[in-house]
Amino acid sequence: MPSYVMTEKCDGCKGQDKTACMYICPNDLMALDKNRMKGYNREPNYCWECYCCVKICPQQAMDVRGYADFMPLGAASTPLRGSQDIMWTIKFRDGRIKRFKYATRTTPEGSIKPFDGFAEANPADLDNQFLLGEPSIMGMTELLTIKK
Amino acid sequence: MRDFATEVVETDVLILGGGMSGCGAAVEAAYWAKPLGLKVTLVDKAAIDRSGPVAMGLSAINTYMGLDGKVTQNPRKPERFAEYVTNDQCGMARQDLVYDVARHVDSSVKHFDKWGLPIWKDESGNYVKSGEWQVMIAGESYKILVAEAAKSALASLGDKGQLMERIMITHLLKDDKDPNRVAGAVGFSVREDKFYVFKAKATLALMGGAVHVFRPRSQGEAFGRSWMPPFVSGSVYALVLQAGGELTQMDNTFVPPRFKDSYGPVGTFFLLFKTPATNGEGGPYIGAYPEELAKWAPYSNAKPCPTPIRNYEMILCQKEGKLPFIMHTEAVVERLKKEITDPKELKKKIKNYESEAWEDFLDMTIAGATNWAAHNIDPLEKPMELQLSDSVFIGSHACSCGSWVAGAADIMPAEYKDSFPAQYNLMTTVKGLFTAGCGVGACAHKFSSGSHVQGRIAGKSVVKFAKDEKAYTPSISDATIAKYKDIIFKPYEVYDTNKDFTTSPDVNPNYISPHNFLFRLQKIMGEYAGGWETLYGTSDKLLEIGLWKLGLLGEDIDKLAANDSHELMRAWESVHRYYVGQACARSRLARKESRWPGYYYKFDYLKLDDSQKHFVNVKFDEATKEWTVLTRPIVNLV
Repeated sequence: MPSYVMTEKCDGCKGQDKTACMYICPNDLMALDKNRMKGYNREPNYCWECYCCVKICPQQAMDVRGYADFMPLGAASTPLRGSQDIMWTIKFRDGRIKRFKYATRTTPEGSIKPFDGFAEANPADLDNQFLLGEPSIMGMTELLTIKK
Repeated sequence: MRDFATEVVETDVLILGGGMSGCGAAVEAAYWAKPLGLKVTLVDKAAIDRSGPVAMGLSAINTYMGLDGKVTQNPRKPERFAEYVTNDQCGMARQDLVYDVARHVDSSVKHFDKWGLPIWKDESGNYVKSGEWQVMIAGESYKILVAEAAKSALASLGDKGQLMERIMITHLLKDDKDPNRVAGAVGFSVREDKFYVFKAKATLALMGGAVHVFRPRSQGEAFGRSWMPPFVSGSVYALVLQAGGELTQMDNTFVPPRFKDSYGPVGTFFLLFKTPATNGEGGPYIGAYPEELAKWAPYSNAKPCPTPIRNYEMILCQKEGKLPFIMHTEAVVERLKKEITDPKELKKKIKNYESEAWEDFLDMTIAGATNWAAHNIDPLEKPMELQLSDSVFIGSHACSCGSWVAGAADIMPAEYKDSFPAQYNLMTTVKGLFTAGCGVGACAHKFSSGSHVQGRIAGKSVVKFAKDEKAYTPSISDATIAKYKDIIFKPYEVYDTNKDFTTSPDVNPNYISPHNFLFRLQKIMGEYAGGWETLYGTSDKLLEIGLWKLGLLGEDIDKLAANDSHELMRAWESVHRYYVGQACARSRLARKESRWPGYYYKFDYLKLDDSQKHFVNVKFDEATKEWTVLTRPIVNLV
C-alpha cells in the first residue's frame, strides 16, 4: 500500500476541503476522491510508512500494510495515540499479539510558551553569543569559548 | 492555458523549511525579532507538525554534552566532541562550527524537557546517557512538540509572525542590483493554483538533506523506504548552488548500516543493549580486518573507530562472501540469564528489554517493528539481518556534506574569513543567505538536537543581519518574477502541449515524467558514482562517464512534464536532486583518494592520502552553467 484507507470507516472528514490525512502527510501522498468522499494514498511507492496519517485519522480509518517488496502479509503495527501516550498493538503473521504503551509528552497539548520565564530580548545582546535562556537554562553561568 | 495567481509576500526574515533546524530558527528569530518589530515568515513544503526526518519520531537524542554534570554517565566538554567528530570523519571537520554546536546544544535539550519531551531520567533527575553523547527519550511526539514551540513563538509576533505551509520553494531570488545577494525566493502552492514570490532582507534555507539521489535498495512498493525520508530532496544544496554559493564535501554521503530492508535503527541495540553482531559464519566482522584498517591510521586506531571505517569492515566482509550480517537480539536475553540469578529480577529485566527494543523501532522506524511481526520474529528469541543501505546526503548525521558557511565571530579561524562577504554566523558565501542543520557541511554529528540548536544560532544571526541591513529593500524586477513564473510552471506547458500525441500519457516521446527522470538519475549515480550497486566503489573513469550522462539528463530538465501540483512538486524535487548528484560526482572526481572507504571508495585510489587532506568545495555559475571545484584548508582548534 503502504498506508491505506478503509472504505467503510472513512467519511472524507465530513466534506471539508482537506482531510486530516491530507493535512499531515509529510510527502503529500493523501488525496480526497470528492465523488466518493473517501481519502486515498495516491502514490504508495513514495510512502515512508511514518504512520502520521494513521495516528491523526479521527475515524481510525487508516492503517499500513507492510511494503510488499519484503514483508510477508498478515502482520500489523496499529497505534492508538492519546494526549500523553501512545499504545501499539503488534499483530504477528502467525496471530500472536503484543501490546506496548509509551509516553509521548509530559505537558498538556497546546501549552508550550517558549519565552515564558525568560526576559524579553535586548537588541544589544545580538552582538553576543547567548541564545534564548542561555547560559542559565544549561545550568551554566557562562558560555564556553575556544581560541586557536 | 492554466492560470496562476501571483502572491507577493514581503518579510524581513524568511525561513525556508520547518524541520528541526527550521523550528529552532523560528523560535530564536521570533525572540530576537520581537523588540525590533521585524517580521518572520516560515514556509514549509508540508505541515510542520510532522515535517522533516523527525516526522515519525525519534528514540534518542544523539548529541548532548551534559555540561551541568547531571547525566548518569559521560559528562563531556565541547573540545572532546570536536575531537570525536573530526576523527569520525577521518580528520575532516570545521571544528569552529562543531564546537559552536556543542557549546550550545544542551540548551535546546533543556528547552525540549521544559516543553514536555519525555527524557529518560534516573531517580535523581539525571538524564540517562546511553553512550558518549546519547540521551534516551520517548520521542514519538518529538516533532509535534518542537513545532508547537515554533508556532507559539511566531504567534507571539502577532501579524509579524507568519507560517505558510504546503509551498514548494524552487529557486532563490538574487537582488537585481547586487549579484551576490539573495533577496528572497519563489515557489508554488501544492494545494492551490498559486505562484509565490517572497521578498526578504535575509533568507535561511533549512530544507534538510537529500535522499533518493542514489537508488534505494527496494524499488517496488518500498521505493519510499529509504532510511531517511523520501521527502528530503536536496533543496538546500540545489538552491545554494543555483545562487552561486559554495558547498563542501558533497562527496561525503552517509551509508547507514541498519536492519536489512526495513532500516530499523541499530544505535540503541549496540550502545544500550550491547547487542553482538556477527558475519554469516558466526564470527565477528568488527575488528576482523586489522591489517586493512591500519591503512587508515591514525583515524582507525582511535576509539571509537570512525563510522566510515566501521562500514568498510562490512564491505570487506561482504567481498569475502561472508554474508549475511546478523544482529543477535536474542543474545541479549542469553546474557541477562547468565548475569541475573534472581528469577523475579530476571523477568523484569527481560520485560524492560523487550519494551525498550520495540519502542526503539516504534518511535522512529515503525516498518522495522512490522517487519519483525511479518516474519514471525520475536527479537527476544531470534536474530535479524543487518545490511549497508542506500547512500544519503545528511550533513547532520555521521556525514559532512553541506554548505560552506561562516562560523561564530569569537571562534572562526581567520583563514576562513576571505570566503565570506561578511562575518555573520552561518551565513553562506552568498550575502543574506544562511543555513543550518543538514544544510551545513563539515559539521557532522549534529543530529536532531544539534540541528535544532544550529537553527537557533542561525535564527539569531539572521535577525542581527536584518537589523544591520534595516535600510535595505530587495530589488527584484517584474521581469525577473515573470521569468521564474514561466520556469516553474513549464512542466505543465510541456504536458499540455504534448499529451494528446500518444494514446496514453505515460509514454510520450516529447517529455519525461518526474518519476522517470528520478529513476535515470538514481541509475547513473548508483552505477557510476559509488552506490550500493558497485558496493560503494567508483573511479575517475566511471565518474567521467557518469558526469557525461548526468549532463544529458540535465538537458532533459526542459522536457519534464507534470499534470497537477503534486507532480509539479515531484518535478522540482527531481531537479534539486539532479544538482546534488552533479555536486557529488564532481567532488568524488576531484578527491584522488579513499578518505571515507565505507561511504565510498575509489578503485583507482584505494588508500588514504594526506596530500588530499583539504576540503573539496564545489560551485555552480547559473549564467554560464559552469561548475568549479576548489579546495579549502583545514584549520583545527583542538
